[in-house]
Amino acid sequence: MRLSANRLGWAAGQRQIVSDVSLQIESGETFGLIGPNGSGKSTLLRLMAGLMPRAQGAVMLDDDPITKLPRPEIARRIAFVEQQVETSDALSVRDVVELGRTPWLSALAPFGSQDVEIVRDALSVVGMAEKVEQGWSTLSGGERQRVQIARALAQRPRLLLLDEPTTHLDIHHQLALLRLISRLSVTVIFALHDLNQAMNCDRLGVMEGGRLVACGTPPEVLTPERLASIFQVRATPLRDPADNSTLFRFHCLEE
Amino acid sequence: MNTPVTSGALPRATGLGVLLRPVALWGVPGAIVLLAAILAGVVIGETPLPFSMVVAVIANNLWGAGYEVDLIDAGIIWSYRLPRTLVAAACGAGLALSGVVLQALVRNALADPYLLGVSAGASTGAVVVTILGVGGGMIGISGGAFIGAALAFVLVAALARAAGGGSAQLVLAGVAGSQLFNAMTSFLIAKSANAEQARGIMFWLLGNLSGVRWPDVWLAVPIAGVGLFACLAFVRSMDAFSFGASAAASLGVSVRRVQVVLIGMATMITATMVSLVGSIGFVGLVIPHAMRFVVGPRHARLIPASALAGAVFLIAADIVSRILIHGQVIPIGVVTALVGAPGFALILIYNRRRL
Repeated sequence: MRLSANRLGWAAGQRQIVSDVSLQIESGETFGLIGPNGSGKSTLLRLMAGLMPRAQGAVMLDDDPITKLPRPEIARRIAFVEQQVETSDALSVRDVVELGRTPWLSALAPFGSQDVEIVRDALSVVGMAEKVEQGWSTLSGGERQRVQIARALAQRPRLLLLDEPTTHLDIHHQLALLRLISRLSVTVIFALHDLNQAMNCDRLGVMEGGRLVACGTPPEVLTPERLASIFQVRATPLRDPADNSTLFRFHCLEE
Repeated sequence: MNTPVTSGALPRATGLGVLLRPVALWGVPGAIVLLAAILAGVVIGETPLPFSMVVAVIANNLWGAGYEVDLIDAGIIWSYRLPRTLVAAACGAGLALSGVVLQALVRNALADPYLLGVSAGASTGAVVVTILGVGGGMIGISGGAFIGAALAFVLVAALARAAGGGSAQLVLAGVAGSQLFNAMTSFLIAKSANAEQARGIMFWLLGNLSGVRWPDVWLAVPIAGVGLFACLAFVRSMDAFSFGASAAASLGVSVRRVQVVLIGMATMITATMVSLVGSIGFVGLVIPHAMRFVVGPRHARLIPASALAGAVFLIAADIVSRILIHGQVIPIGVVTALVGAPGFALILIYNRRRL
């Protein structure tokens, strides 16, 4: 699914958090959003998911303006994984993933055997199938993250939005998740911090002070000048002889 | 390697069977339990009446069976105990439903109509209409209670929002709102009611089913029934609120619409029940929590279980209020509080890590 954002913006009172972001994400693309803390990545993701009140600008999903689509229809197209979510309910892993079926269900289409299958698939994709009966409150941060991703997959979306999905994961699950995302036949937009992980995206967008300051392929975007001016680091490119890929080693630039 | 995740929907089987199976599985036993509780409510009392006579009187009235019964006993059963028990059941179910709805949407374990000031507002509204005669008979006690309840909730919600909008703020605002409306009620009674009126109102405020007659049944039962079906229509939406309103929105729930419909309905139920029987605390708080332990947090089970448990609990509380002290009826709110306060304490201890 193609997503076009036109002059998106959002203000908290007088303070403009995101301003004037225009962006086109093509169908099947994996798009990474990078930028320092507080640069507006999360807010931009929420704007693209149509979840922010008082949003400025417009989002189109294929040819439909998002504001004209009913909520369940948006949720059938877009799944959103927040950075961190909490509940006080004593839900099991299965309960949480089943929530992903919500937009597909109605009084006349109750939860059925297909839904059971979709939930099972989603859980096995993130490697949580064995813990299906376990309580949400007993899970570690990384396990919760994976269950939320399973919930998002159970929505069977055409666009997956993830807000720093690798934050709570150990290194194995970080890499497994990134590999999983790269294999999905859906469009993916995610915010991330690790610039080496960002190298694997089809395209990158760089946020700074609420504005999209650069957009393009990773080599176009991650230039030494930009890394210095936006992230305040000096990067030494290194070559991994295992697969000939380029990695960065970062050094802090003191001002 | 292919992953099993693809986009799009699978074809789905729809059918009445999927809908009716849980109704048959849980609805029938539930109806039997409710019926047994109602019969117990009619049989047990200061004057114990034999079960056979109760059945005979009900049969006579429902389809003119023509059994020979003592007229006074028949009067006690049909005009006094049966409507009283039915209203107790409807109130219990309605208050428990309000509790489930508020806890689900407000995302706070301690939310209930009593704590959020809705009950207190309803009392004030009812007292304004009764004592001051506001509305000139056009509004009625129920109308007054509804306006008071709605006003109290709007005020509490606005205060919570002004204080930062968290769920802890809502509970604190609810406490302030309850105190304010209870104080206004007391003020009105002290200023305007004569001694006899005051005693009657104080007794009513603590929860009193003594005055209940059939017209009250025709108000309470449909309201509880409509509430139950409305809640059942929104079980998935309420589940989706588990991770907060924003997560619910991203799951396709029209958050504002669900909040307006369900909180509006909870306010209406509370207002109606308070206008009929006074303010009965703890049912809306304790019953949903107790039921979460029994049937889990998913609303498809929690809603019917809470409605049933609330109904049975309030019938039982009414029976206790009638027979605990011979020759005297204790306000039912006192009985529910005597059970509810320890229950509330348990919830506080259970939730201490989450608040």
